[in-house]
Amino acid sequence: MSLYFTREHEWIRVEGDTATVGISDHAQQALGDIVFAEVPEAGRSLAKGQEAAVVESVKAASDVYAPVGGEVVEGNAAIADDPALINRDPEGDGWFFKLTLADTSELDGLMDEASYRDWVKTL
Amino acid sequence: MGTDSSDGPLEALPLDSWHRAQGARMVPFAGYDMPVQYEGIIAEHVWTRTNAGLFDVSHMGQLTMAGPNVDRALETLLPGDLINLADMKLRYSLLLAQDGTIIDDLMATRRGDSFYVVVNGATKQGDIEDMRARLPRDVIVDHMREQALLALQGPRAAEALENLAPGVSNLSFMEGGAFQVLGRPMWISRSGYTGEDGFEISVAANAAAELADALIADETVKPIGLGARDSLRLEAGLPLYGHDIDRTTTPVMAGLTFAIQKRRRAEGGFPGDLRILAEIENGPPLRRVGFDVDGRQPVREGARVLDDEGNEVGRVTSGGFSPSLQRPIAMGYAAPHLAEPGTALKLEQRGKLFDGRVAAMPFVPHRYHRKGA
Repeated sequence: MSLYFTREHEWIRVEGDTATVGISDHAQQALGDIVFAEVPEAGRSLAKGQEAAVVESVKAASDVYAPVGGEVVEGNAAIADDPALINRDPEGDGWFFKLTLADTSELDGLMDEASYRDWVKTL
Repeated sequence: MGTDSSDGPLEALPLDSWHRAQGARMVPFAGYDMPVQYEGIIAEHVWTRTNAGLFDVSHMGQLTMAGPNVDRALETLLPGDLINLADMKLRYSLLLAQDGTIIDDLMATRRGDSFYVVVNGATKQGDIEDMRARLPRDVIVDHMREQALLALQGPRAAEALENLAPGVSNLSFMEGGAFQVLGRPMWISRSGYTGEDGFEISVAANAAAELADALIADETVKPIGLGARDSLRLEAGLPLYGHDIDRTTTPVMAGLTFAIQKRRRAEGGFPGDLRILAEIENGPPLRRVGFDVDGRQPVREGARVLDDEGNEVGRVTSGGFSPSLQRPIAMGYAAPHLAEPGTALKLEQRGKLFDGRVAAMPFVPHRYHRKGA
């Protein structure tokens, strides 16, 4: 299992050819109280960088982009029912969607966890 | 939320370091670095509805206006009856342009021979220039730059403030008075922007931190940021200048005709009086309304309001998630024939359609402290 992060504050947990995607603890803190989440349906094909999900806090709406391309296996119904789960457990139960990786080379250049945590401290 | 005057350097509030010490997240607003939240908008919102919230609104403009017949002079700019406003009483009013649209909304209090006027932060410089230009030269508009303004709002505000300012709980809604608090003179009004009972306290900037400390020493009082201020006023159905009212809206369109008292309607004599009185008589082209929004996704400022044939019949001017109701609510404008509560409308945001209905406002009932009389 490998964990990657993007500069858009998404995390990608890779197990075999399945990637689970969510937003980082830093991202949920910056958003504040999350009141709405919309996740992609299973079967949807996402290209890297494409709008994949929506997350809204009390103050603002944000798009979540697919950090890697692939076919969606599952959207997390739990965060659609209880969006505050993203605040409570952003890098665990508050995941957004799982997809089957189309091209593992798209993981190249993403940050590992230590690099991301160090980088966030500089923001 | 409000108008960000993001050009140029930001000013610091008198309580800037106090907010940071309380863990505030600061954002630019109305030309100031202001606290948007401390522990979180929803928690702060709910706290204010159940206990007492302390808001720093020192960005707002505090003015005193004095001179011969100052009440008559003010009536040439505002549509409210100020001549018959009793001493120490507040009146909500509107600074009007010649075309009857709204330059700003404000609170005016008669204090003996002068008026104490509180205007919005983002608009205060323009208001002052406009009033000085249009008022007679012998009416002096003084901007009290050395005063901070704190608001204490919520069902436990009166008991918390009474401990520091004995007698304050005898004030009625929309009444003010001078008090000695912590050995300093302060002007306290029973008023606010949340729909709750509460007070606004004008205090010398150099005494504001001591007052804020004394207030939050009470376990019922917590500091509340701009984020919850916005969600509270939206639930209360109160318009935000620059969003729900502006230079394209008149008091009648905005549903603020209560601010034009009977004598002024009969006599006119305020900017845009012909247009405004005609709109009172014949109806305005649009009306400010509330919207209940189906589903869970907030519909925000800028969303289009559509009738059942897909024609645009208005716009959303404020919208968000109501922490009290746990669902999205919005405010905006709709054509008068579609402005009755219960009317089904579609709202369009980023290409997505939402089902909504016109809702009576306030969304959450006001709980002002009105005396029996």
